[in-house]
Amino acid sequence: MPLLPARFAPLSPSARRYVTAGLAALSVAASMCARADTVQDAGALIKQGKFAQAQELLDKALAQKPSDPQARFLKGIALTEMGKTDAAIGLFQKLTEEFPTLPEPYNNLAVIYAQQKQYDKAKTALETAIRTHPAYATAHENLGDIYARLATQAYDKALQLDSSNSSAQQKLALIRDLMGSPAKIGKPVPPEPVKPVVVASAPQVPTPPPAVIAPPAPAPVVPTTVAAPVAEPKPAMPKPAEPPTQPAANETKKVATAVESWAAAWQRKDVKNYLAAYAKEFKVPGGKSRSAWETERRQRIDRPGDIEVSVANLKVSVDGNRAVASFRQGYRSGKLDINTSKRLDMIQRDGRWQIVQESVGG
Amino acid sequence: MIRALSMRLAVGFGISVALLSGAAAMYLGNPRSGTQASAPKGTVELDENELKSMLASGPEPMLAEIFGDIEHGNLDIALQRVDKLVEAYPKFRLGHLIKGDLLLARSRPLLRFGEGRADVAQEKVADLRHEAIARLHAYRAKPPTNLVPRYLTQMADGQKHALVMDTNKARLYLFENHEGTPRFVADYYVTQGKLGSDKYREGDKKTPIGVYHITADLRRERLADLYGTGAFPLNYPNEWDKRQGRGGSGIWLHGTMSDTFSRPPNASDGCIVLPNKDLDAIAGKLQVGLTPVIVSDNVEWLSLEDWRAERAALTGVVDNWRKDWESRDLKRYASHYSRNFHANKQNYSEWMDQKERVNAGKEWIKVHANNLSMFRNPGKEDYVVTTFDQDYQSNNLKNTMRKRQYWIKEDGRWKIIFEGSV
Repeated sequence: MPLLPARFAPLSPSARRYVTAGLAALSVAASMCARADTVQDAGALIKQGKFAQAQELLDKALAQKPSDPQARFLKGIALTEMGKTDAAIGLFQKLTEEFPTLPEPYNNLAVIYAQQKQYDKAKTALETAIRTHPAYATAHENLGDIYARLATQAYDKALQLDSSNSSAQQKLALIRDLMGSPAKIGKPVPPEPVKPVVVASAPQVPTPPPAVIAPPAPAPVVPTTVAAPVAEPKPAMPKPAEPPTQPAANETKKVATAVESWAAAWQRKDVKNYLAAYAKEFKVPGGKSRSAWETERRQRIDRPGDIEVSVANLKVSVDGNRAVASFRQGYRSGKLDINTSKRLDMIQRDGRWQIVQESVGG
Repeated sequence: MIRALSMRLAVGFGISVALLSGAAAMYLGNPRSGTQASAPKGTVELDENELKSMLASGPEPMLAEIFGDIEHGNLDIALQRVDKLVEAYPKFRLGHLIKGDLLLARSRPLLRFGEGRADVAQEKVADLRHEAIARLHAYRAKPPTNLVPRYLTQMADGQKHALVMDTNKARLYLFENHEGTPRFVADYYVTQGKLGSDKYREGDKKTPIGVYHITADLRRERLADLYGTGAFPLNYPNEWDKRQGRGGSGIWLHGTMSDTFSRPPNASDGCIVLPNKDLDAIAGKLQVGLTPVIVSDNVEWLSLEDWRAERAALTGVVDNWRKDWESRDLKRYASHYSRNFHANKQNYSEWMDQKERVNAGKEWIKVHANNLSMFRNPGKEDYVVTTFDQDYQSNNLKNTMRKRQYWIKEDGRWKIIFEGSV
């Protein structure tokens, strides 16, 4: 989902000019009054990422002239940026009905639908935008992304892959990017190439495929014939590099301990404690049910032969009762020896840190 | 690949069919030049009713249409059709893969099947490609309905249906017994062992080739998800297989696990696996202890004329055996048995010695073979399995039993190699 919000039509100057020109013509008499300035100021605030303030101004403008399409459009953007997507959908939807030839409201509707992973709806909206304005580049680019996402969904279904982790990561990265450097938003966004989707799939054969592997949640199939020599009951796990100097140092330590216990339980095939490391809202990969996933994990872990799980370069960042632990995960079983980078998104409840999402790669 | 399959078809049916050409052949076969979709030119309206009736009979007609579209570069229509296809069969993985390809073709040329994931999931893509080829070929080159598989030499009156599988084509054919003549009813895409056919030993992940029968109906049992909506065990290894030293067991005809519509052509541990929809369609027609399941690696089809001639010849062979037994002339009787014969732990000479002793007390013998069925083994080992209700009467004994014999050809003559009760 990374590119779409950045391609909100009016956020790039060229597109914005276009929108302003188009919409200004529709609100003929309004151009000279103070309201026009208010709307312009709101646009500037949106550029700076001050969405709530922008909304305030726009509400004032709309109190005077409730039908003003430009103000409604900008309010839709502010609402979207603030995550009030239902209200934003309502605004954009209404605009498409009143001004069916304007591509921008369709485009922005599509952006929201795409955020909600409603790719079919997003596709329809974008195709409509392109029908009215065949040369509208932003809609074309967005549509290209939607096709790619739909393709990923189709491939996931066809090949039983799970690409959801990787896209979730990209989305998070994007939000940070937008909020961190609002200046960027003003710049025209060059069409970025469609990024290859990193696929985390459990290898079906003992030989790990080259590029991306890993026991994300599902561990690789352990060759049953190979019995590894007796491993140490305790894994050699480095302590987190340095005690972080943040106020959350204490919690950081607790997260690290939780990660280490999780790896240790996995290594000693203590399925009960291994599964207990996952929070009840854990995002089960591949859309499986929790119980199906647990059964699968139990079977995989229970397989004969020793396994060795190690955690290295552990980095923890805590934000309130949420935390992210990233580390190099070593997994060894029989002939299989896999080293991957892993990310555990964790949540604290009753003083206990548990895993809510497990992702590989990156 | 394409050429090889056409050649095999030419051998099979005496006809050769142009199966795929142009872009679709490239897409499935030779990855050289690509096909790219132009931007959608507006929606082409497809007739909803036509689509519905097309999808009702399974995914293959639609699949053939989609490959036709790809062949002609109409990727937009192909995408619309594939949307309908996966809507009707949401767990049809092949459909989803083609959908992914067609969506990807919006932004880059479609060079090969599974374009977007061929590198990360090579084996799974290869499996689906294999399934696509098997389904398309079977759909576009159905066997002419006036031909009969050679193996169904004679179905007994009570045998309502027979199944014949072609492992090369990944196809299962259902025939009904129409007044003694096998009549084609339907054919289905089917999965066999991971390592193909001609099972020999336990765990070799192969499907046996031979003449088998359904021995049980496990639909009411609590089956694991793997078996889908039902399972019907076969009598592998049969008497012939045991004599050949074939091992393993648990060869079943069964359905498909719940997370997929169908499995790749080579995927089971030796079982014959149908999509649940198809298993459900034939399940009611299967008769425990009666329905033959004949597995061939390359079904041989006969014209009705040739089939009738072969049936008459083999009926004559069984009839001569029966008459020679009635004659109480041991030499004539023994001429129907192979020197390698065995039954109930008796070998050839023990069997004949016993017959001689019994015959000594007989003034007359009458033998009838009712409800005779005869099935010929496909493949290299030429044998015929006969099954019948034997009605035996003599001056001092009356006995009826269900008997099965395995006949092999020795020096140009059919001889019994095994005989026993069923």
